[in-house]
Amino acid sequence: MNRKKRGSETKTTADVSAVLMAGVGGQGILRASDIMCQVIMAEGLDVKKSEVHGMAQRGGCVTSHVRYGQKVFSPIERKGNVDILLAFEKLEALRYLEYLKPEGRIIINDLELYPPAVNLGKMPYPTNAVPLVREAFPTVRVVKGRKLAETAGNIRTENTVLLGVLSQWLDFKVDTWEKILAAAFPPPAVAANLKAFHLGRDYREV
Amino acid sequence: MKVLMSGNEAVARGAYECGARFGSGYPGTPSTEILEEFAKYDGVYAEWAPNEKVALEVGIGAAVAGAKALVTMKHVGVNVAADPLFTVSYTGTNGALVIVSADDPSLHSSQNEQDNRNYAKFAKVPMLEPADSDEARRFVKIAFELSATFDTPVFLRSTTRVSHSKSVVHTETPLAYEDRTELRITPAKYVMVPAMARMRRLEVEKRLQALREFAETFPENRMEINDTEVGIITAGMPYNYAKDVLPGCSYLKLGLVYPLPEKLIRNFAARVKKLYVLEELDPFLEEQIRGLGIEITGKAVFPFTNEFDPGVVAAVLTEKAAPPVKLPEVAIPPRPPNLCPGCPHRGLFHVLGKMKTFVAGDIGCYTLSFMPPLEGLHSCICMGASVGMAHGMSKALGEKGKGKVVGVIGDSTFIHSGITPLLNLAYNHGEAVIVICDNRTTAMTGMQEHPATGFTLQGSPAKELDFSALATVLGIDGVRVIDPYDIKNTRAVMREELARSGSSLIISRRSCVLFKRHYQEKRKPLRVNVQKCIGCKNCLDLGCPPIAWRSFQDQPAETVIRNAKKQEGNSYIDADLCTGCTLCRQVCRVGAIEEVE
Repeated sequence: MNRKKRGSETKTTADVSAVLMAGVGGQGILRASDIMCQVIMAEGLDVKKSEVHGMAQRGGCVTSHVRYGQKVFSPIERKGNVDILLAFEKLEALRYLEYLKPEGRIIINDLELYPPAVNLGKMPYPTNAVPLVREAFPTVRVVKGRKLAETAGNIRTENTVLLGVLSQWLDFKVDTWEKILAAAFPPPAVAANLKAFHLGRDYREV
Repeated sequence: MKVLMSGNEAVARGAYECGARFGSGYPGTPSTEILEEFAKYDGVYAEWAPNEKVALEVGIGAAVAGAKALVTMKHVGVNVAADPLFTVSYTGTNGALVIVSADDPSLHSSQNEQDNRNYAKFAKVPMLEPADSDEARRFVKIAFELSATFDTPVFLRSTTRVSHSKSVVHTETPLAYEDRTELRITPAKYVMVPAMARMRRLEVEKRLQALREFAETFPENRMEINDTEVGIITAGMPYNYAKDVLPGCSYLKLGLVYPLPEKLIRNFAARVKKLYVLEELDPFLEEQIRGLGIEITGKAVFPFTNEFDPGVVAAVLTEKAAPPVKLPEVAIPPRPPNLCPGCPHRGLFHVLGKMKTFVAGDIGCYTLSFMPPLEGLHSCICMGASVGMAHGMSKALGEKGKGKVVGVIGDSTFIHSGITPLLNLAYNHGEAVIVICDNRTTAMTGMQEHPATGFTLQGSPAKELDFSALATVLGIDGVRVIDPYDIKNTRAVMREELARSGSSLIISRRSCVLFKRHYQEKRKPLRVNVQKCIGCKNCLDLGCPPIAWRSFQDQPAETVIRNAKKQEGNSYIDADLCTGCTLCRQVCRVGAIEEVE
């Protein structure tokens, strides 16, 4: 049994990075954050992630925090302290902006999924989400995830495309990503996911 | 081996590693995956019980026979299991019995955020509280050891953030399974009639004293002395939040949150200048520490409600941070959970929402139909409450309530705790109409088996409870079965049963649209024919995610087709999301909804 005292450890937060993934139930966010955690572990770092299940699956918001570094305590990041927000949907980018630190960066999937109030005509869907985000945080990348997933040959690889874009801002080896992705999917889906990842990783526009 | 695991997976792993092979529980977020994962290990026997009380009693039986038994439930499940809990505390457990209570601070998926640490004190049962997945794995093993050593049930308390976060777990080689079960007859220990319970009562106090002494040197009650200006006593997940924000402070991290180590706490308090206690929900540690006469700051500065995060700690204990970035001022439409496209509950609650009746609701996906536009459910208290409440309301209203009170309950929830109130309704000449929303599975928690699905947790075919036959033997006067995809018939049957005197049960039966077991014919998605749509919004009244309103204002003028005088727009169906359930076609007055070719 491991009963090692940890009292000597005093240095933590400064070396911990945080990515917040946000979107809508069914978009593959939990899968994407699992894959990211596996990559981090394979790179020899400590990692914790957090998510909320249950009612959130029924079309509600889904978020996943991923925090990594030499030693991680909290699996969730506080507001104003996230390094990268990976938004799987435009409205969810706006909703979780408050989690970003001032110099935080954002990847937005160019996709609109209407919540009930919009469907019912009770509230408008913000038409200017991306410019609004840019006003607050200059480093924004907008990605047509679905289109790239189609190019990869499987629209269900949208989350892998976004991981590919995210990987540009993370200091992990391409080999590690490829190895983890290859193990994360059933054999028939591996080729499309690897292609989706590289389409994301090579994505340069905007 | 290093593996990424959720807290729940780690609890299952730890139980397996220490030789537990017996599990029982009832699904409930955030606890569900523990038993599902445990059930997959070699040599494990695990079962879903109809409710938490039964689950605990099954666990007690196994433990008394000498097994190491794991019993899992969400926090409110312990309320249901409280009856056996308080007395198994007297009898002890012979083998080993660990009860996992998965609490839900912030009510992510629950009707309340009760703090189940109180149960440990109330029932005089020790409680361990892990802070992450690897601790969850190690602590469940310690819990089994404590149970066997002190002959007591032991609580392992998790929270949503522990259960549903993932972190690195260092798995260990499982102990070889050792069968210690045998038939033992020791009535003085297990027959809790007053004379014998009084004897066992004394044992409980002796045991608690022994556990208090154990707690003083328990290595998981851990002091970390750093800067002694500020000392923080904490346990579980909040420890992580504090360590991230204030790595330089001194800590007393309690692995055992009940009973507490008095000397250790006094020792820690004496070594630091300012003492805080950091705990979510109730001042459980705080009140006990104050009871020792120690000055400590807790709920005076930290919230009573909701889960914490590092921000909560930072807001209280650190200098104010730099002003945050100015965020765009824009109204962000909320995105609440919603019934899925094609959900069978939608047809039923569309009908109920339009009747001038009180609909006593229950716990399940269908609870979501309280929201606009369905508004077909008017209360939700706890598992099974709908049936008893509908009966009580109908009795209290007398003539005024005739044909006006309905109770709705899901199939798994009905089995959990709807049967006895239905018997009560039949026995006491009840008039309320009860509806079982039978979607053939425990949908909300993720498709768990139950006694009417025909399968056990571990996949073996099982007896399948027949709700109609059950209602008949309970004495219900009339049982009707409807298909909630048929709105006209659903409405007609509801009206007939509400108008009739005597007790009545309606079984609204159609499989959950996400549940693959039952064959559902592939249906063509639907679309709105704008040549016919009059913009009446009847279809929008269903609150179905694929159906959206397209205002004429947002459409190019030349494409607008107006079919009614005051028409302001038309409906649109997203064919990618539509399952073709046809409810919208049934409510459309002008036949504007048709199949996509």
